[in-house]
Amino acid sequence: MGAGLPGAPAGDRGDYLTFITPGILVMTVASVSIGTAVLVATDMTNGIIDRFRTMAIARSSVLTGHVLGAMIQTAHALAVALGAAFLLGLHTAASVTQWLGLAGLLALLSFAMTWFTVALGLAGPDPETASDLPMIFVLLPFVGSGFVPVESMPSGLRGFAEHQPFTPVMDACRGLLAGSPSGADTLGALGWCAVIGVGGHLWSRRLYRTRAAK
Amino acid sequence: MTTRTNAIEAAGLRKSYGGLQVLAGVDLTVPEGTVYALLGPNGAGKTTTVRILTTLLDADAGAARVAGYGIRRDAARVRASIGVTGQFSAVDELLTGRENPRLMAGLAHLDRRRARAVVGHLLERFGLADAAGRRAGANSGGMRRRLDLAMTLVAAPRLIFLDEPTTGLAPRSRRDLWGNVRELVADGVTVFLTTQYLEEADQLADRIGVLDGGRLVAESTAAELKRLVPGATSS
Repeated sequence: MGAGLPGAPAGDRGDYLTFITPGILVMTVASVSIGTAVLVATDMTNGIIDRFRTMAIARSSVLTGHVLGAMIQTAHALAVALGAAFLLGLHTAASVTQWLGLAGLLALLSFAMTWFTVALGLAGPDPETASDLPMIFVLLPFVGSGFVPVESMPSGLRGFAEHQPFTPVMDACRGLLAGSPSGADTLGALGWCAVIGVGGHLWSRRLYRTRAAK
Repeated sequence: MTTRTNAIEAAGLRKSYGGLQVLAGVDLTVPEGTVYALLGPNGAGKTTTVRILTTLLDADAGAARVAGYGIRRDAARVRASIGVTGQFSAVDELLTGRENPRLMAGLAHLDRRRARAVVGHLLERFGLADAAGRRAGANSGGMRRRLDLAMTLVAAPRLIFLDEPTTGLAPRSRRDLWGNVRELVADGVTVFLTTQYLEEADQLADRIGVLDGGRLVAESTAAELKRLVPGATSS
C-alpha cells in the first residue's frame, strides 16, 4: 500500500501500517476533542450551567469534568484504534517502559487538546459552529508527518509540516512504537502539549468567566 | 452594617449592554421571611436584576448585600446561602428525576444517607415520585419546573430566587407551583420572584415592585397597588 508513495519507506504493507499508526492515533485524539467542543457549546445554551454558577462550587469544575470525561473517552478510542492496528499486523519493538511513555504522551496530548477545544466550544456562538474549528485538528496530521515523510513534501508545505505541533508528537509516538525514542521529538512533543494545554486552560477559564457576563 | 433582618438590600443597581441601559438605578429591600415579587413586562430588567443579585453578572454601578454578604466581595458566601431557579430549565435532561437532585446533594456535600432522605422527601413533596426513574428530558414542562425547584431546595437555602417560575406553564401546573412556593414561605424561607403576571404577584407576594424600563416605578403591597392602578385587577 505505501510502497508507491514517493519517499515512503519501501517494503510491505506492514511497514506503512507502522508508519501511519501514530497519525491515526493523533487523529483519534483530535476526533474526540471535536465532540468535547460541541458538548461544551451545548452546555452553555442550557440553564444548568447558570445553576452551577450560582452554587458554592469551583467555577471551573464543569470544564474540568468535560476534560476528564473526554480523556476517558479518548483512552477507549485509542484502545480500539491500536487494537485494529494490531489486527492489521502492526509490529512494534516497544518495551513496557516505552508503551507507558506512549500512553503518557497520548494522555497529555488528549489533556492539552481538550482544554483547547473546551475554549473553542466556549468561544463559538452555538453548538453548530463549535465543531468547525476543531475539525482542522483532524486534518492536521495529513499536512504533517502523519501519512508521508515530510522530506517528500514540496518545500512550502514541508516548512509548515516540520513546524506544526502534531509533527513532533507523531514522530515521538513513532519513535516509541519502534522502540527507539528520539529525545528531540519527545521534548518537542511535550513542549507543544504544554503550550496548547496551558493556553487552552487559561483561555477557557477567561471565556467561562466572561460568558457569565451576558 | 448588619443585615440580620434583611435578606436583600440593593442600592442604585445599574447595568447597560452596549449603549442600551437595562437597569437605571434599582433600590430594593427584602426583609427575611417575606416574599417579594418583581413585576414587569418583557425587557423591563427583571432577569438582569436576578442575575446581578445571584452573582451571575456584575453590575456597572450600585451595591447589594444578599443574605448578609456583599455580592461582589463575598460572592462565594452569597452562592452558599441562596438557591436559584432560572427562567430556563436547569435540569440535566439525560439524568433521571432522582439523579438530578442527587447530583445537587453531592455538590452540596451531603452525606449519602442524608442525600437519599432529602431527595426522597423532595420528590414526594413535589409530586415527582413517578418521574424519579425517568430521564428528566422526558418530563412535561410543569414537572421539569417542579424538578428544577426541588433541585434548588436540596441544599436547604434560606433565600431563593425564582425567575419567572410559571411562564409557559398550564394553569393547573401554575397553581401547583404556587402551592409549593407557599409551603416554602411557611417554612420561613425568603422568596424573591419575578413575574409578568399581576395575579401571580398578588397570590404570592407580601410586597410587589413594578419594574419598567429599568426603573422601579412603584412598590407596595398588592392591595395598595391595585388601588393605585384602577382596572389592574387580577383577572
